[in-house]
Amino acid sequence: MIALLLRDLRLAVRAGGGFGLGLAFFLIVVVLVPLGVGPQTELLSRIAPGILWVASLLAALLSLDRIFALDFEDGSLGLLATSPLPLEGAALAKALAHWITTGLPLTLAAPALGFLLSLAPEAYKYLLLSLLLGTPALSMIGTFGAALTVGLRRGGLLLSLLVLPLYVPTLIFGAEAVRRGADGLDPTGALILLGMITAGSFAVLPFVTAATLRINLR
Amino acid sequence: MSIWEYANPKKFMGWTAPVLPYAFGLAALCLIVGLVWGFFFTPDDYRQGSTVKIIYLHVPAALMAINAWIMMLVASLIWVVRRHHVSALAARAAAPVGLTMTLIALFTGAIWGQPMWGTYWAWDPRLTSFLILFLFYLGYIALWEAIEDPDTAADLTSVLCMVGSIFAILSRYAVNFWNQGLHQGASLSLDKEENVSDVFWQPLVICIAGFVLLFIGLVLLRTRTEIRARRIRALEARARRA
Repeated sequence: MIALLLRDLRLAVRAGGGFGLGLAFFLIVVVLVPLGVGPQTELLSRIAPGILWVASLLAALLSLDRIFALDFEDGSLGLLATSPLPLEGAALAKALAHWITTGLPLTLAAPALGFLLSLAPEAYKYLLLSLLLGTPALSMIGTFGAALTVGLRRGGLLLSLLVLPLYVPTLIFGAEAVRRGADGLDPTGALILLGMITAGSFAVLPFVTAATLRINLR
Repeated sequence: MSIWEYANPKKFMGWTAPVLPYAFGLAALCLIVGLVWGFFFTPDDYRQGSTVKIIYLHVPAALMAINAWIMMLVASLIWVVRRHHVSALAARAAAPVGLTMTLIALFTGAIWGQPMWGTYWAWDPRLTSFLILFLFYLGYIALWEAIEDPDTAADLTSVLCMVGSIFAILSRYAVNFWNQGLHQGASLSLDKEENVSDVFWQPLVICIAGFVLLFIGLVLLRTRTEIRARRIRALEARARRA
């Protein structure tokens, strides 16, 4: 499992754009919003939590279809399915690799971008915390979506249609936690629920993803 | 003789053929009686005026939009556990009907909302969760359309339906997190003292019965169509091989 994780990380780095592309996309979205809605500071600081969360969601979405597609095409997914490592473990490793290449850099970069959107100073630690808690769920749910559409030739658009509704609860709790932090309210409840979604996804979805992959490999 | 024998495609075609006219006939009867009674023979509400009458379309459609998804979930589970092809096809057949019901509920709600709330749309928990339900229906139907092999499609859509149900429920309660919105509470619950008044209640129940029958009729009809389409495909495949 660790070997698979390292392999995926290496592939992401050496193929180029693994770390960079999602991050650049995140930056672009966040930069485009003030250009669209105007540069008033108080408006931006009010919508900053939502923008940062939506942008990180879209950036995570961007690299989802690569999770399984290449392995499916060159047959290594079939090898993984017959290897001693259970497919559930492989699904988990894939999700973790996706999180390390997109979710983690997004989380680390988010405070800098929050600066651009003049996020309230009290909200920074909750922004970090909520992204840290929430982005693993995004990767895991996305891995499930990628497994659903792996057999399709042009699954990209369909993948976003399937995965984005599944992201709704994560987005609501994540953005709510940051907003409460910015307003000086107690965001504990939202953070707990966010962590619950992440824990629940990681408990259940590797099995579902593996089952889905088996259907697709049949 | 068990209940599962009715899921045999041939038996299914056999027993649905005589049931269909009754389902549609009764649905038409209920809807005509309920809607005419509701629209012309109930008093106007003292605050809402005649706009209250949209309840006869809005509430049954909203109810069926949710029930259609639950029916799809049950059918998907039956497919996954017992692998009855008719069950998978019934789930497929129900999805566009449920999508239409969701749209009817959203539209009638918007039409009612304009004079009453002064807005067509508000990000109210109930409204938002219906919009999310609409997106789930879209994704489900799109996945069915995208996959060529029917068994794979049935398997993958069942998985999506099950996972989607969990996330739909999560979203339903997540949007509650914002605030209590504009939408009123339940007007037809069995366990509450205060319900909608009897004058409105009686035609409403008839309308709901009509919508249920209409849904059953449409799903049976669409399932029959799916079975026929699959038979044609099988015949064509056999003809190609011969």
